[in-house]
Amino acid sequence: MTDSMTGDSEPAELETFRNETRAWLEANCPPEMRKPATSDADVFWGGRNAKFSSEPQRIWFERMRDKGWTVPDWPKEFGGGGLSAAEHKVLHAEMAKMGARPPLSSFGIWMLGPALLKYGNDAQKKEHLPKIAAGEIRWCQGYSEPNAGSDLASLQTRAESDGDDFVITGSKIWTSYANYADWIFCLVRTDPAAKKHDGISFILFDMTSKGVSTKPILLISGYSPFCETFFDNVRVPKSHVVGTVNRGWDVAKYLLQHERAMISGMGERGVGRPLGQIAADSVGTDGQGKLEDAMLRSQIARFDVDEAALAACAERAVDLAKAGQAHPAFSSAMKYYGTELNKRRYEILMSAGGVDALEWESERSRQGARPRAWLRTKANSIEGGTSEVMLGIVAKRILDLPGA
Amino acid sequence: MALVLTEEQSMLRDSARGLISDKAPVSHLRHLRDSKDPTGFSKELWHSFAEMGFAGLLVPEEFGGSGLGFMEAGVVMEEIGRTLMPSPFLATSVVAASALNRGGNAAQKSEYLPKIASGSLLATLAIDEGAKHRPLQTGLQAVRAGNGFKLSGAKALVVDGHVVDLLIVAARTAGSAGERDGMTLFLVNPKAKGVAIERTIMVDAHNAARIEFADVEVNADSVLGEVDQAAGLLDGVLDIGRGAVAAEMVGLSDEVFGRTVEYLKSRKQFGKLIGEFQALQHRAAELYVDIEITRAATMKALQALDADLAKAASAVAVAKARAGTTATRAVQEGVQMHGGMGMTDQFDIGFFMKRARVCEELFGDANYHTEQLARARGY
Repeated sequence: MTDSMTGDSEPAELETFRNETRAWLEANCPPEMRKPATSDADVFWGGRNAKFSSEPQRIWFERMRDKGWTVPDWPKEFGGGGLSAAEHKVLHAEMAKMGARPPLSSFGIWMLGPALLKYGNDAQKKEHLPKIAAGEIRWCQGYSEPNAGSDLASLQTRAESDGDDFVITGSKIWTSYANYADWIFCLVRTDPAAKKHDGISFILFDMTSKGVSTKPILLISGYSPFCETFFDNVRVPKSHVVGTVNRGWDVAKYLLQHERAMISGMGERGVGRPLGQIAADSVGTDGQGKLEDAMLRSQIARFDVDEAALAACAERAVDLAKAGQAHPAFSSAMKYYGTELNKRRYEILMSAGGVDALEWESERSRQGARPRAWLRTKANSIEGGTSEVMLGIVAKRILDLPGA
Repeated sequence: MALVLTEEQSMLRDSARGLISDKAPVSHLRHLRDSKDPTGFSKELWHSFAEMGFAGLLVPEEFGGSGLGFMEAGVVMEEIGRTLMPSPFLATSVVAASALNRGGNAAQKSEYLPKIASGSLLATLAIDEGAKHRPLQTGLQAVRAGNGFKLSGAKALVVDGHVVDLLIVAARTAGSAGERDGMTLFLVNPKAKGVAIERTIMVDAHNAARIEFADVEVNADSVLGEVDQAAGLLDGVLDIGRGAVAAEMVGLSDEVFGRTVEYLKSRKQFGKLIGEFQALQHRAAELYVDIEITRAATMKALQALDADLAKAASAVAVAKARAGTTATRAVQEGVQMHGGMGMTDQFDIGFFMKRARVCEELFGDANYHTEQLARARGY
């Protein structure tokens, strides 16, 4: 949003932190890293085989890592920045103002880390968190299965006890970037006799373990961000279970809240050029500077209203959490609205781009960046729980409506 | 600043809610309507409002008020929205008080603000002339006459117009309808010669009037702010009114929604509670999300008004636009999900639908504010 919406006054310490942060970012964020990412190569995911696509990308990542700001709000002992929630918000706002890219993108940061901080034992935290913060290990998520999508708790991947180990057999689907990942956090069934939510465990293992294989899935966007992942008698020490054996569903749900919060933010609200100006490039404007297409203009304006309102709601969700007043299922509400809105954004972008937005392979179209991104957004309201599942959660957990 | 109520604001909400739910549940509005009450609100309740410091909530302490901000005014408006209490709070304590406080000279402030704070003076802004809210289209003429001006023209949807002691009238002293320059605000005694007030009974049973001005003489001291330069003052005052109405609509939406969800949990058909049906669950959940988003946008707007009025326009446009669409949806879903009962006058839901429709028109509807946002963003 514009400055008009952030004109708050703040305490002196925070003001000092803001000024110092701004100065540090100004001095340390390379100019190349202050433009929105436009291709996969612009996003740095870390991991054993990670390569930087440019020198500025390396510099930016290393400087932020050394400051603990790949994970600004994690404790310092685990490689974080130890920032308070208020300071984290300030850092986020200052980075957004500058257009600074995230130095490191990672399911370890967004999903596993928060779950480990809450449910992991000391050894697990010490082993895994610093490597996530430093971008040394890239993680993937083994949740969905071919027959366990919206009904995730019906998952069938088996983990059989064998001495100090579990032996895991089964398959996962929609595993994001499994073919690039070093480790996986995975839901497995450790007690087939128990009720479906009660026999699941949350376990971590190395993707180079014997018996693990992956197969990318080609999507309608022409990209393969997801894989099928197969486990054939993969041996994993029992010490790799996070939380209690057979209580993995608690960890899974907690992590899903973070995943949903992440997906609801995928639209990068308020970042980059306003939709109305992007549309002006292709449809033109009249003498008063209004878009030539009045119906499109009205669609965009309605979108902008809803997007600004959602941004306020996202801000409020963070503030409510800080104040201890947040409903634990609220991330489902945000996930539902944020993803539907992001789909709307791309429908508008496609309409605004017209014929130009249809090119798939040309240099001119940056290899069809817009149509591919448009198609990608269609997964937003499916992955991490469909919109319909989210509405069901809101109805039952927040509104307390009756039924299954 | 966090988008949650502070402890003080929560206490304010609790005391407003206590008074309003106790003394003015929806049956209070129903009684005023059915008895064709000539004032259309309870003077006794207004005195309680004044005693609790609400009437002068926005009036600075030096003039006997509480000197609170727009967030606090929004807290009270939200509670008013929950029971649809007819109250001079919006027109007098929010809009008129802000106009006087922001545009008044020392003499005007000390004459009127203490009386607003004590609950002894009611005032309102007369702005709209046509069917839709178009402040720049102000055409009511004010021509110089002797030491003062003569006003001629008509105003519509003047909230509390037939019960107020002071009218703040937007008039054109120069230029023509549609122009920013040339508008002036005048303080007019409603009993002055040439003022004809017609109370208009509205769909929501709240107070409003049409007022005609036929060569109404006012002296130069009646000008509020600068001659020809009212546009800037009006922008701010109208934005304050918009933020307040948005808050009322959040309260109204939330109340209708709460009543509807309770109904879904108690009404049985086909041997089931109707709240078990997924078709209704999903619609209820969507509405919940809409209301939460609108609540946040409205808090954001009220905070922006408190922080810097001149920079709050976009946040206010977002809030009023969202409040309009959300309230419209909330009351329609409310009636639909209550089935035939929702269509009866005996049931309260219809009152919320009627009030939402009026709030939508007050100070600009969702279309108006969506257009404002598009202009502000340069497309």
